[in-house]
Parts: sequence; C-alpha cells; structure tokens
Amino acid sequence: MGRKVMLIEDERNIIEAISFILSRDGWEVKTHSNGHDALDAIRERMPDVIILDVMLPGRSGFDILQDIRKDTEISGIPVLMLTARGQKKDREMAERAGADQYMTKPFSNAEILESVRSLVIT
Amino acid sequence: MATLNVLVVVCLLYVIFLFAIAFGADRAALHGRGTWLRSPLVYTLSLSIYCTAWTFYGAVGFAARSGLEYLTIYLGPTLVMIGWWWTLRKMVRLGRSQRITSIADMISSRYGKSNSLAVFVTVLAVIGSTPYIALQLQSVTLSFAAFAEADSGAGSLPDQGSTAFWVAAGLALFTILFGTRNLDANERHHGVVMAIALEAVVKLFALLAVGVFVVWGLAGGVSETLTRIETSPIAMWQVPGSRWVGLILLSAAAFMCLPRMFQVMVVEIEDEGHLRTASWAFPIYLMLISLFVVPIAVVGLQELPAGSNPDLFVLTLPLMDGRDGLAILSFLGGFSSATSMVIVAAIALSTMVSNHVVMPIWLWLTGANVMMSGDVRSVALLTRRLSIAIILFLGYLYFRISGGGTALAAIGLISFAGVAQFLPALMGGLFWRGANKSGALAGLGVGFAVWLFCLFLPSFGPTVILPQAVIDNGLFGLSWLRPQALFGAEGMDPLVHAVMWSMSLNTVVFVLVSLVSFPTPVERLQGAQFVNVFQHSATAGGWSGGLAQSEDLLIMAQRIMGAAEAQRLFAGAAESQGLAGYLPEPTPDFLQQLERNLSGSVGVATAHAMISQIVGRASVSVEDLMAVADETAQIMEYSSKLEAKTEEQARTARQLREANEKLTQISVQKDGFLSQISHELRTPMTSIRAFSEILRDTEGFTETEKNKYASIILDEAIRLTRLLDDLLDLSVLENGQVVLNTQSGNLHDMIDRAVSAAGGTSTAMQIKRDPDTENVQLVTDLDRLAQVFINLISNARKYCDASKPELQIKVERKDHLLVIDFVDNGRGIPTDLQSVIFEKFSRIGDTKAGGAGLGLAICKEIMARLGGDIAYLPGQTGAAFRATLPLNAEMSDQAAQ
Repeated sequence: MGRKVMLIEDERNIIEAISFILSRDGWEVKTHSNGHDALDAIRERMPDVIILDVMLPGRSGFDILQDIRKDTEISGIPVLMLTARGQKKDREMAERAGADQYMTKPFSNAEILESVRSLVIT
Repeated sequence: MATLNVLVVVCLLYVIFLFAIAFGADRAALHGRGTWLRSPLVYTLSLSIYCTAWTFYGAVGFAARSGLEYLTIYLGPTLVMIGWWWTLRKMVRLGRSQRITSIADMISSRYGKSNSLAVFVTVLAVIGSTPYIALQLQSVTLSFAAFAEADSGAGSLPDQGSTAFWVAAGLALFTILFGTRNLDANERHHGVVMAIALEAVVKLFALLAVGVFVVWGLAGGVSETLTRIETSPIAMWQVPGSRWVGLILLSAAAFMCLPRMFQVMVVEIEDEGHLRTASWAFPIYLMLISLFVVPIAVVGLQELPAGSNPDLFVLTLPLMDGRDGLAILSFLGGFSSATSMVIVAAIALSTMVSNHVVMPIWLWLTGANVMMSGDVRSVALLTRRLSIAIILFLGYLYFRISGGGTALAAIGLISFAGVAQFLPALMGGLFWRGANKSGALAGLGVGFAVWLFCLFLPSFGPTVILPQAVIDNGLFGLSWLRPQALFGAEGMDPLVHAVMWSMSLNTVVFVLVSLVSFPTPVERLQGAQFVNVFQHSATAGGWSGGLAQSEDLLIMAQRIMGAAEAQRLFAGAAESQGLAGYLPEPTPDFLQQLERNLSGSVGVATAHAMISQIVGRASVSVEDLMAVADETAQIMEYSSKLEAKTEEQARTARQLREANEKLTQISVQKDGFLSQISHELRTPMTSIRAFSEILRDTEGFTETEKNKYASIILDEAIRLTRLLDDLLDLSVLENGQVVLNTQSGNLHDMIDRAVSAAGGTSTAMQIKRDPDTENVQLVTDLDRLAQVFINLISNARKYCDASKPELQIKVERKDHLLVIDFVDNGRGIPTDLQSVIFEKFSRIGDTKAGGAGLGLAICKEIMARLGGDIAYLPGQTGAAFRATLPLNAEMSDQAAQ
C-alpha cells in the first residue's frame, strides 16, 4: 500500500507502541520526537496522515497544527491529535486549530488504527 | 415800635419761604432734576447745623464769661475736618455700603447687628440730645423775650413757657412735614437739607452783619475795637490748659457722634467726594462765624447795662441802637440756627427710635412679616411722626424742669459730653477688629452712667433730681461717690471732671471687656468689613436694566446649571412673555423662577445673593453671606463625605479585583496542575495499555520480545507509582501535615548513604568530597535531608552533560548556618529557567529523564520544613544548588569538639 504515517511524539515507549501497531497493519511509520523542526520533517516526508502529540518539547502540537494548516503544500494532510491532558478545553483548542480527529491517551490499539484508517479513506 | 408784630410776620414769612425751598428741592430730587442739590457746597453748608443757637447766641455769652475758651468748640470740629477727614470718609463709605440710617444703626451694625445695642444707643442719644433741644427752645424763647422787652408798647406778653411750647410745636410740625414725607430707602431728605443749607447762609450772614455793625457802627473801627478788647476783662481771662484740651477733644468727639451730625455727614451725603470740599470749606465757615464773637462780647459788656444776659448781646446790641431791621435779621439768624438743629436732630432721633425701638416691638407684637405686610410703611411713618413729637416734647420738658436758668453753653456741653460716650465704641469699631458687642455695651453703659450721675442729673440744679446731700456727701453717703469729686478727684472743673471720668472709664471698660469676651460670627464678619472697608467695597458696576441684566443672569445661570438647561429655561420664560429669542424681561416672576432653579444647585441663600447682586435690587447683607457660608459648609461636608465614600468604594473595588485576580490565578494554577497530573498519569498508562494489548493480541512473540514489552510495562508501572508517591509526598509537605522524625547523626555518614542511594559510585560521575568539613553532627530529620541530597545527586547524574561528569559536595559553616553546596561541571541551568526550577512539573531539557518535575519542588518544601532553604547558585562552573540549615545549639556543640 505504501501509505505513510508521520508520528510526532516524544515519549519513547508510546512511539514504540504506535509504530508497532501501525506497521503491523501495513503502514510506513516515520517518527519525529520534538516540536522545533516537525514542520520540516513533514514537508520532507509528505505523509498521508499525521499523528500529533500536544505536549511536545520545543513547540506545542497546537502551534504546529496551525502552521500545517497555513502551509498550502501540506495543509491538506489529515491530522490526528493525541493528548494526555484530556480536558474539554484541550479538545476545543484542537478543533479550532484544525485537527481532523482528536484522541485522549490512553487509547486502545483498535481505536488508533481505526482512526488512522478513516482519515485516509475520507 | 411795632417790632414784635413785625417780627412774628417776618418769622412766618421766613418759615413759609423755607417750606417753599424744601418743597421745591424735594420735587426737584423726585424728578431727578436739580444737580445743584448735589453740590459739595450744599453738603458743607448742611454741616453747619453744628452751629446751633448755642453758637449764634451762646458763643458771645461764652466769650463774655470765659474769654477765648469758646474757640475750643470750633477747634474740635476743625481738627476733625482737616486732620481726620479720612476717618469721616471711612464712616461715609461704610454708611453707604452698609446702608446705615443712623449712628445707632452704625454701631449696632458693627457689633453684629445687635438690636440691644441699637436700642441702648438710641435711648442714650435721645437722653443726650434732649438738653440740646431744650437749649434751642430756650434761645428762641429768650430772643422773643428780648424783643418783647424792647417792644414796651406790646402790652401783655405770653409767658416764656408757652412761647417755648409753641416753638416746639411749630418745629415738630415742620419736621414732620419734611422729615417724614416718604420712607426713602436711603433715608435722604433733599428738601430738609436744602432748607438747612439756606439757613446756614442766613445765620452766617446775620452774624457777620451784626459783627460789622458792632465793629464799625458801635466800636468805631477795627483799631478801636482791638483797643477795647485789650482793655476788656476778656483779655485778662486765664484759661486752664486742661479745660482747653478737654473741650477741644469733647467738641471733636461730639462733632462725630452727635446724631444730627451723623445724619447730615454720613446719611445725607450725595457723594463721597463732597467730604473733600467740606474738609477745607467747613473750617472756613466756622472761622467766619466765630470772627466777630469777641468784639460783640466786648462791646456788649461795655455798652449794655450791667446784668444784661451776654447770651443775647447779638440781639440786644442792635436793639439798643434802634436798628430794628438788623435786630430782626439777627433774630432770624438765631431762629435759623435753632430750627435747623432741632429739625435734623428730630429726624435723626425719630429714625432711630422708629427703626430700633418701635418697629421691632411692633413686629414682635403683631408677628407681621415685613415682606408681606403692606401697612408696615404707614406704621413706620406714624412711629416716626410720633417720635418727633415726643422728642420735641422731651426737650420742652427739660427746658421747663431746668427752669431755663443755666447758661446756653453749659447745656450744650452737657449734651456734648453725653453723645461723646459713643466715641470709643464707634472708633473702636472702625479701627479695631477685636472690639465686640459686650465691650461696646459695657463701655457705653459705664460711660453713660458716669455722665448721668456727674453731669446730667446735677444740671437740673440741686434738689430737682439729685438731693443736695448727694452732691455734697456722695451717693449713699459714700464720699468717693460725690458727683463732682468722683473717687476723690477734687478741685476739678465739674465738666472736665465728668468728661475725664466718663470717657476714660468708658474706654477702659470697652477695651477690657472686648478683650475677655468673644464675638459672634456675625460680629467678626462685620468687624472685618468695617475695619477693612476700603479693601473690599468696590461698588458694583451699573447694571442698566432690561436685557443687559437678563444677559448677565443667563451667563451666571449657564455657569451653574449648564448651558443647555439655562438656555432652555430662559427661552421658555421669554416665550411665555411673548418675546422672541432667549432673553426674557427680568420680571419678579421670572427672577423667582430662576432663583428656585438655581437654588437647586447652589442653595437658596446663595441663589438669592447672586441674583440680587446682578439685578442690584438690594445689597447682599451679612445675613445673606452667613447663610451662603452655611450652605457652602454643608455642601463641603456633603462632598467630603461623598469623597470618602467614593474612596472607600474604590478601595473595596481594588480589593475585590485583587482577590478576583488571585482567585483566577489560583484557578489557572489549579487547572494547570490538574492538566499536568493528568498528563503525567496518562502518559505511562498509554504505554502500559498499548503493550498489554499487543502482548494479549499478538501470537508468536519470542521470549526476548515478550520480555522487552513486559519490561516496558513494568518500567511505566514503576514510574506511575513513583509519580503517585511524589504527589502524595508533596501534598503532605505543602499542607504542613508532615511529621518530622528528628534524630542525631553525622553529616558525613548521611552523605555516604545519599550517594549510594542515588546510584553509588558505580556510574561515570565522579563525586568530590572533603571528609573533614563533613564531620558535623546533625540533629534533624535525617531521612528527609537525605531525600533532598539524593534528589540533588541523581539530578546531577541525569543532567550533567560534561564528558567527564563531576559533582563537588562542599560543606561550610557560616555563622549559625550549615551550608552544603552541590556543584557539577555541566552546562548548568539557563538563566531564564533558574527561577522556575523549584516549581512543580518544571522540567529542563528536551528529553525526559523519567521524572515528572516534582523533585526540586519537594526538596524546597523539605528544606523549608527543616528550617533551612535551598536555592540555585548562579555563576558556578555548572549547575549548583545550595542547601542551608540552621546550626542549633546541639550541632554547634558537636562541631566545637
């Protein structure tokens, strides 16, 4: 299938878990673990789906998402936001920033797989 | 000789002529004509009522009896006019600005508009003037008698008493007719003033004519007259100095205090500038009128039979020589002197009696409102007319009781001394702000009592009022209370004695009582106005009526009510008056409406005063000003209360805002804290859940794979546990629920344990220590302190990024503090983050080192609980933390060993 997922997340164990789950489903998973140069990494790889954590070292996921939506080259890529804070306010902020999907940690493996799949199909 | 009949006819014609003059002057003044009425010359001539029949007849008698002493009576006023005219000017200015109607009004106004003082002064003035009026009656009566004696063919004569009565009645009629024709607001009497000015000319002319006749007709020229004077007893007369000084001062005082002088000088004046003319013209008049007194006296003494009354020389010398025409002229001069004085005195006194005695009583009795009662005017006129009649009757009564026996000059001086008692209160009021009502009342009372006792009562002659025994042995037999030797002052001239005692006691009591008593606010205000009249009596500019006033009213109203509101009010009023534009006529209705509107903003009294000021209806009275001051004070009080309230509200609002900010901040912190905890808990749980599912759902994992994923789950579970431990620990420390387990132990051993607990010496990091300095015995919660050290050491292990990591632990004692520094050789903590590292969930660096960012926050709390502190030490080779502990007594002892 050759469909690419870009995972931007700083927790080592979470990167490993999500990579395992998506790779097993046939996704090509690229990871990036800080906010500074996340945009460059995205432009370089041009993934089909982006999984974006909110609390990143360097820059928050919300800021990165806003920049993605401004950049015409990459603004069409669907984004799934992950957050561990789980407050209502965070969900609203994600929607305002233009997230396609939003998911609170912890999540089940099936959930994240389903979510990523649905983003590519639509 | 039908002289008596001719005299009566001439007299009647003269009186009719005076009537005509007075009537004409009144008419002219009423119609605004006759600027000649307002000439300074008329003013000067009207002042000549100072020269009464006493002057006309009495001066010659005075000179015949006492030589040049009569001059003192002219010197006093001359000195006042020349040297003290500025005092008169002050009185005139005050009289106009305060709308003074009499000397009683002047004195009472000065002392807080005190009615009791006004009544007192009025009564005293009436008593003091009565002998003077009697004197005029006496002189007219005597002159009539002189004519009657000369007119031997006239048959039976009316007796002296009835002559005096008819003269008094005639004068009362004249005074009533011209003195009470109208109740002019400013109490001016143009007709009367004109008539007395004319009489002044007549009397001067008559006296000069007699003088010329005596010198050139009888004595035979100037040089002969001078020779006669030198040989006459008058030239021999020795005048005691004290009597001269006393009489000059007395006449000066009387000139200013006599009610009638006050009337013409202050009340009737048309223009302040007239005083300037009078200040030189009046002394000339006095000089002229006294010019021939000595020649007439000398010639009279020599030519007339011995025993002739010297008071009548002016009349009897022409009669003796058969000069009937001149005698009639002389009589008219004396008649003029007497009538002018009586008329003005009666007007002045009746004004005082009516204004200060009768009207207040009448108002009090009827409870009438001055503004509403239309018949006040008629009541006032009636009381004035009655007062005039009563005053003249009192004069007549004095004349009858005293028997007409005393010399004219003596009676005049008694009057002078009586009214001179006003002087201390009057002058004190003009120049001394400290003078007050109590002082004025006391001084006047004492002065008048002395005057009554020493001069007035004895003047009736022994046995009439005061028994001879009192005069000889003193009141109640007390020798120091003898009327003519008070306090044992014997051998003095009775007049000088009485003046000295009455004036000095009056002045002393006035000053002393003023000093020890306190004036009312109105008195203070009036005192300031009187003393400083020239500073603030800029007369208001002429508001020339009609629309000009409306414009000024509008300007004022705009300032108070605001432009729109004021214009609306004015335009409305103009419209209702049928006028175009926005300037209505200042009708009473409109003024009332405006006053009502303004009073809403500035208070009733202020509004009234402001409108009065512009419309110029009435001057602003002291009561108005006091009311304004009251209102202002109330407004100020109210506004300061408002201000205080506003300030309080502002303070409350500020406190609320601060509290709200604090709450918001706390709420934000709490939200942040919860988010942090949520994040710290959810992150390991995410890994645990994901790998648990992977392990459950995936088949065919190798043992290695299984172990790897299970280890991750285990690590994250431990991390979770540690997080919960830290959170609980921090919570306990922050809430102060921690129980310290204080033990004794050696610092060196404790650091050993901490180093090994933080990973031992096995790792690459080298730890440098100095065992000597570490030999300190501690008494504290050793476990908690170790927890801090472990945290600091493991942080150094985690974050020190030097190629050869080193940590130096330095122990030092500073005064009563134990200082333990942990310094590594890494990059250290960036300056901008140094302030936040002790905050909860603060983490440095991009990568996670497993902690949740609670370690240093916990260290901070622990050190605080142990009574010490922990801080970041900037400017070291790497990251540096300094923990300080107070050295208590036990530790110090140990360290000393």
